[in-house]
Amino acid sequence: MNIIEFRSITKKFGDFIANDKIDLIIKKGEIHCLLGENGAGKTTLMNNLFGLYNPEEGEIFLREKPCKIDNPHKAIELGLGMIHQHFMLIDRLTTTENIIAGEEPLKNGLVDMKKAREQVKQISDNYHLAVKTDEKIENISVGEQQRVEILKVLYRKAEILIFDEPTAVLTPQEVNDLFTTLKELKARGKTIIFITHKLEETMNISDRVTVLRKGKVIGTVNTCDTSPKELARMMVGREVLLNVNKEKCNIGDNVLEVKDLSLTGKHNNLLLKNINISIRKGEIVGIAGVSGNGQLELEECIAGLRKVTSGTIIMNGEDITHIPTGIRRKRGLSHIPSDRLKRGLVSSYDLAKNIILGNQDSFTKNGFLQKKDINEYCKKVMEKFDVRCQSLNDTVDNLSGGNQQKLVIGRELSTDPKFILAAQPTRGVDVGAIEFIHNNLLEMRKKNKAILLISAELEELLSLADRILVIYEGEIVSKKNKYTKEELGLLMAGKKVPKGKMKELEERLRND
Amino acid sequence: MHEILDVIFNINTFSAAIRISVPLVFAAIGGVFSERAGIINLGLEGMLLAGAFAGVLGSYLTGNPYIGVLFAIICGAFIGFIFALFTIKFEANHVVAGVGLNILLLGITTWLMQILWGSRGTSVNVTGLNEITIPVLSSIPVLGKLFGSHNILVYLMFIVVIISWIILFKTPFGLRLRVIGEHQEAADTLGIKIRKIQYTSLIFSGILCGLGGAYLSLGHLNWFSMNMSAGRGYMALAANIFGGWNPLGAFGASYLFAYTDALQMRMQALNLNVPNEIIQMIPYILTILVLAGAMIRSRPPAGLGKHYKTNR
Repeated sequence: MNIIEFRSITKKFGDFIANDKIDLIIKKGEIHCLLGENGAGKTTLMNNLFGLYNPEEGEIFLREKPCKIDNPHKAIELGLGMIHQHFMLIDRLTTTENIIAGEEPLKNGLVDMKKAREQVKQISDNYHLAVKTDEKIENISVGEQQRVEILKVLYRKAEILIFDEPTAVLTPQEVNDLFTTLKELKARGKTIIFITHKLEETMNISDRVTVLRKGKVIGTVNTCDTSPKELARMMVGREVLLNVNKEKCNIGDNVLEVKDLSLTGKHNNLLLKNINISIRKGEIVGIAGVSGNGQLELEECIAGLRKVTSGTIIMNGEDITHIPTGIRRKRGLSHIPSDRLKRGLVSSYDLAKNIILGNQDSFTKNGFLQKKDINEYCKKVMEKFDVRCQSLNDTVDNLSGGNQQKLVIGRELSTDPKFILAAQPTRGVDVGAIEFIHNNLLEMRKKNKAILLISAELEELLSLADRILVIYEGEIVSKKNKYTKEELGLLMAGKKVPKGKMKELEERLRND
Repeated sequence: MHEILDVIFNINTFSAAIRISVPLVFAAIGGVFSERAGIINLGLEGMLLAGAFAGVLGSYLTGNPYIGVLFAIICGAFIGFIFALFTIKFEANHVVAGVGLNILLLGITTWLMQILWGSRGTSVNVTGLNEITIPVLSSIPVLGKLFGSHNILVYLMFIVVIISWIILFKTPFGLRLRVIGEHQEAADTLGIKIRKIQYTSLIFSGILCGLGGAYLSLGHLNWFSMNMSAGRGYMALAANIFGGWNPLGAFGASYLFAYTDALQMRMQALNLNVPNEIIQMIPYILTILVLAGAMIRSRPPAGLGKHYKTNR
């Protein structure tokens, strides 16, 4: 049965067409992946389905009947449930309160918390989704938060579950758990729509895949009949190299040294503990870890945005521990911040201003900015780093995420740095842009720059980094040149890899 | 020194503080309901003032102070609705809309006073609310003095404090309201009717301010004067913050402010060798100290002051 059918759905935001005459059929009981780059219109399409947006044109058929879903309330009533990319949870309320809000069990006109707790417990046992019923959201792990989101949807008796990039925030182990849950849901007859831009996940979990590009459906294929390469080509519209070519490099002297770096937080808690890192010329050193384990703090310390509690940071033989950020940058530090909108860009400024940001002194004569020089320089940077835009006078918020990131990277790599601090350089960026960014980082490596790559993407670390350090709860728990993916996943989750198990893992890998 | 201690622990000071606290408590709980819905409400000040005016007007027209209270309720509800319209529908900046409302209502009440009673300073005297003595309670020594004899709005205040707490923390409406104040988009995806709850909450906020205002004018003065609220709305907003956006906390904070005010008045009567101006400063200094302390640990609703726009 076609449980959902989109018929020529069009959704516009101003002049921008986010969904262009989308036709799509979802069958009952399948796991259907919506694959596409950022800005391809996947989430928009699902928001149309869930009643968060109203499409300008087209019809949605639910269980083979035409349906007008104009608000989420109605969508919920029709058995739809959406697990959003950014969790829709209230930090200060308990898991149970979050799950029942809007559909509370009642007793004498008041909320019956006892019954609510029982109901939540029942569903959570039923689907093996363990949650603590009385814990506040702010005190539970990201994986558990996601389980709360799923429970929210199941509590409302959803038959069709929409997952919007659910793996973006999870550790590899949590991803495995999620996939087990998805299979379980499918076994119980639920229909699942899975939004993602990751090829590997799509191949792993889906029955069928629909690829979207620039608001249009490129095609729907059975997962068993396709390959990651074909999907990537459909997504990007051209051949994509999924594996980067890394050449051997001449590793030179130490450029950055972090010695016994420690950082304590507001409540005297240790955020970073005795961190030691050294990075040499022509080398990419990776920091692996689940986000929230001290990566941000480490990034801030090295960039000079945060005062260290103890330890030293040495760049090119000079102690920079107490030197302000601006001067660090002048001495050869480049910083690709993990949060591009918060730290990398001024979103209401135009592109040109953003490109000279931090480097504006080089474009100043007698105290005035030299517009001509700036424009010339910016054009060069934008061309080299493939930032696509209408004009230099566009503001940054008109760019897609991938282009914003390329802009930041272009700015940071164009100043001939000695050391590059790249934090989550491909976060929220699509396959095409990832490839581009990776190649640029490797080019920098070839030019004998030292690079510290902080990333939550294992693939990225494994393919780019020469050495990897694993950070867990503010501490470097492991450093080696080569890791397997499983090994990294376990270390990131704070687990030690037992000796015997390691052999087993290696064997399994060899057999694959 | 002995005299000062005597005033501090005097039952009359505590009793006076109850009277002084009434408008603050009503407005502060009004603030709780508004801010829990995500809307910063500086308009409390103007709503109190309008309530005070409407109360006197009702009593003046009918001779019945209870009709005056009804006038204040209707007036408060109406202004709450208007404020909601501006902040929710037209997405005005909450602070600007609140301050604008206050200036507007100060102007309107003064102007209407001029038209109705020919004076910009004070209105004519009207019938005020009489005190109700509760038979058994009033004869118990300490409690009787504190709670035994008040007008109806004081008793209503205690009821409102408790009921508001129940509404906020025990009912579906309250849970939904708290979700909205924290994260409107999440509320939307839960199928909660955000607008309906926000409007209801702001109208309720207006009604509470109307009651607080009615107490100001009909409680014991029995007339209206220009700018009668005199900053109590702002103090109430502070009490709401200090009270952690909780009706019980708002009551406690309002009572603390009222107590220092009562203390200050009584200390002036003592003829200490301190200028009165210094003594008059006590409540305000305390407010600043308390708020400075409270601000550090207070945590407003996460969605406070934000606009949420659907794409529907």
